[in-house]
Amino acid sequence: MHQNDQPAIRITGLGKSFTLHNQGAAVVPVFADVSLEVRSGECVVLAGASGMGKSTLLRSIYANYLPCAGSVEISHDSQFVDITRAPPHLVLDVRRRTMGYVSQFLRVIPRIPTLALVMEPLLENGVDAAEARERAETILTKLNLPSTLWQLPPATFSGGEQQRVNIARVMVREYPVLLLDEPTASLDAANRGTVVALMNEARARGTAMVGIFHDEIVREQVATRLFDVARHRAAA
Amino acid sequence: MTQVQSDGPLLSVKSLHHYFGPLAACRNVSFELRRGEILGIVGESGSGKTTLLRCLSGQLAPTSGEVLFASRRHGLTDIFALSEQDRRRISREEWGYVHQNPRDGLRMRVSGGANVAEPMMMNGTRHYGQMRALSLDWFARVELDTARIDNKPRTFSGGMQQRLQIARNLIHGPSLVFMDEPTGGLDVSVQARLLDLMRALVRDMGLAAIIVTHDIGVARLLADRLLVMKSGDVVEHGLTDQVLDDPQHGYTQLLVSSVLQI
Ligand SMILES: Nc1ncnc2c1ncn2[C@@H]1O[C@H](COP(=O)(O)OP(=O)(O)OP(=O)(O)O)[C@@H](O)[C@H]1O
Ligand SMILES: Nc1ncnc2c1ncn2[C@@H]1O[C@H](COP(=O)(O)OP(=O)(O)OP(=O)(O)O)[C@@H](O)[C@H]1O
Ligand SMILES: [Mg+2]
Ligand SMILES: [Mg+2]
Repeated sequence: MHQNDQPAIRITGLGKSFTLHNQGAAVVPVFADVSLEVRSGECVVLAGASGMGKSTLLRSIYANYLPCAGSVEISHDSQFVDITRAPPHLVLDVRRRTMGYVSQFLRVIPRIPTLALVMEPLLENGVDAAEARERAETILTKLNLPSTLWQLPPATFSGGEQQRVNIARVMVREYPVLLLDEPTASLDAANRGTVVALMNEARARGTAMVGIFHDEIVREQVATRLFDVARHRAAA
Repeated sequence: MTQVQSDGPLLSVKSLHHYFGPLAACRNVSFELRRGEILGIVGESGSGKTTLLRCLSGQLAPTSGEVLFASRRHGLTDIFALSEQDRRRISREEWGYVHQNPRDGLRMRVSGGANVAEPMMMNGTRHYGQMRALSLDWFARVELDTARIDNKPRTFSGGMQQRLQIARNLIHGPSLVFMDEPTGGLDVSVQARLLDLMRALVRDMGLAAIIVTHDIGVARLLADRLLVMKSGDVVEHGLTDQVLDDPQHGYTQLLVSSVLQI
């Protein structure tokens, strides 16, 4: 066990720009010199206007984007792993056991029933099928997804239903680190409330969270701190 | 039997080159693969994907470089330093090779059940009842109708033939499976089922797999890591979602931008 004062996420001097090779090697600078520590039980909300780089920062923490400078260390098995330099198998292990990511949109193999999609992250972690099924059903019930939909693939679901499947796939596990990109954007008030409650339960358990929430009400209900990405805007 | 370290690489490729006369089909390819990992190889037609796969699976001796495999019998060894006989044996016992065209990977003259049982027979199983039971089990695992077990493969649809080929290549419990465009000529809905099946099998059996595909969607859903090839060179190599969402090389950027996002 690591000490309570060791952060779950430690970002140091992080910088990101995109080089568009097929557009005359144009460089799109996003942010520079971002440093941020997130501890267990905190929920840091990324703020800044559209296009300032909130999603880019979140994706860089998940190693979905490759930063140009700095490091992102994640506490994994009580040791820091620099996700920007770790070999692929270690990044995948961190994602499997330590760090979950709720993306803005669902992206899954087509034609797989919803229940199977939600069980998958558990099966990947060696949970047996019966228990995985029970836990998947519990989270889908909590998220008010009608059980008539469980055996159907989510392709034909409404935007809000798909988003709840997306949240269920991540929240069915108890990751120590959770990243969320607008998880409530397409939800109605009641479902938004459920997701807020789930996030606060996770935080109470000690999950370290970084999220993007445009909705003021949601932000006030979950944030322990704001981090303004716009203040780290890189010069063009 | 030599003890193989379970956390070391299963396959380690070092500076592999292959030339057809003056043509460099693969140039300076190096990577490692671990147990349970799925590596995707993508790139345009003629970029050297199949040539690389043939070198890795011992069918084609590279012009230079090494292919080290952690074999149950020999430990981590360069497969091309072994005798032809030892290499064949590794191929038979520890690998699977799924061809794009099921006709290249199946024996069309014998029944579906015999196709599935044959790899076990070649590895020394002689007990008919045992083989029959295992064949039936594998028919079910790849979701083929067990009532069709005595039918010839040519009476199967393309998707069924491909599932038969997969069963034939997994039944003997390989540690590494090579696949060249495994969902190539199939209908999109059949492809999706097959992809899900392959993912579940790889997960449950703890296999490593190397999958050549020109389909970025297939690569995204199946592979943990991607190797992007262009004119014989590996131009980019990394986590699948990183390579596809934040490609660093101009060629990969072009490849990704020309695909409809799913
Ligand atoms: N994969 C990419 N390739 C090239 N440029 C990108 C990529 N992803 C993001 N960008 C650019 O980076 C900048 C920041 O985008 P990002 O999506 O992080 O903004 P954001 O703060 O999340 O905005 P929003 O609130 O609208 O979601 C934008 O200029 C965007 O065009
Ligand atoms: N046996 C051979 N003799 C001579 N040249 C060959 C031979 N096999 C392949 N080549 C050449 O090597 C290059 C790479 O071929 P390869 O089959 O590896 O491509 P590929 O990436 O698999 O393409 P595709 O996506 O079309 O299957 C091509 O230019 C091809 O013509
Ligand atoms: Mg965003
Ligand atoms: Mg080929």
